[in-house]
Amino acid sequence: MSIINDRLFGIHDDALMLQERSLKVRAENIANADTPGYKARAMSFDRAMETALEGRSPSSMGAAGRLKTDDPRQITAAGASSGVREGFSVPDAPALDGNTVDPDAERVGFTKDAVGYQTTLSFLNSRISGIKKALGGQ
Amino acid sequence: MSLYDVFSISSSAMAAQSTRLNTTASNLANANVDASSPEEAYRARQPVFQTVLAAEGGRGVRVAGITESQTPPAQKHDPGNPLADENGYVYTSNVNPVEEMVNMLSASRTYQTNVQVMDTTKQLAMRTLQLGQGQ
Repeated sequence: MSIINDRLFGIHDDALMLQERSLKVRAENIANADTPGYKARAMSFDRAMETALEGRSPSSMGAAGRLKTDDPRQITAAGASSGVREGFSVPDAPALDGNTVDPDAERVGFTKDAVGYQTTLSFLNSRISGIKKALGGQ
Repeated sequence: MSLYDVFSISSSAMAAQSTRLNTTASNLANANVDASSPEEAYRARQPVFQTVLAAEGGRGVRVAGITESQTPPAQKHDPGNPLADENGYVYTSNVNPVEEMVNMLSASRTYQTNVQVMDTTKQLAMRTLQLGQGQ
């Protein structure tokens, strides 16, 4: 994100993108809850945090480690630009047909992500109304 | 935008689950249908689900095919039945009503969950569109 955006919205625009991706991954897992052999996926925020703490910017790592793709259906090696990876979730009890989706956990996770998304939206909203007030004077 | 992908992912799952409900309804409707030979007897049908990569990069689900149960149909001695063969046997479908009821419940639960996912996503998208409109 550009410097202007960083100053305006801080971490919230990046947070919104990540929560959106996490919601999508959850929706995929829920959709494939009955598909034989489907392996549930999850976003790994921990690794991005570790990378950030080690002093390497997650965004630069994503750009360097990513394979070039010419079709949207191809899978990129290092996830999207944020450097946050998608991994396979470890199941408590995989089904006999090889499906590793835990429907209850996914539903809880989806709700959690949706609440997180709404929280970020209200942060953004208050930031925008603050800026509007500042621009309006008085 | 990923939020829009959720709609196509969830709708693919809803379509797949309604196919499953359809086969269940068909199986239950034909549970007591008799036939004169094992080959003619109705066999329980089940859809096979498969993960599919959507154009937007989402992993949806589709029905790869419908399989027929290989359990041999039940043989009944019923000489009075007009469908009975020369030995007086009729062959009833191999549908197991209990299995079908469980299947129906499972399909409808998954369908509901996908509707909820879509509903929540719609609310989130609407809120995003209204960003900055309040005071």
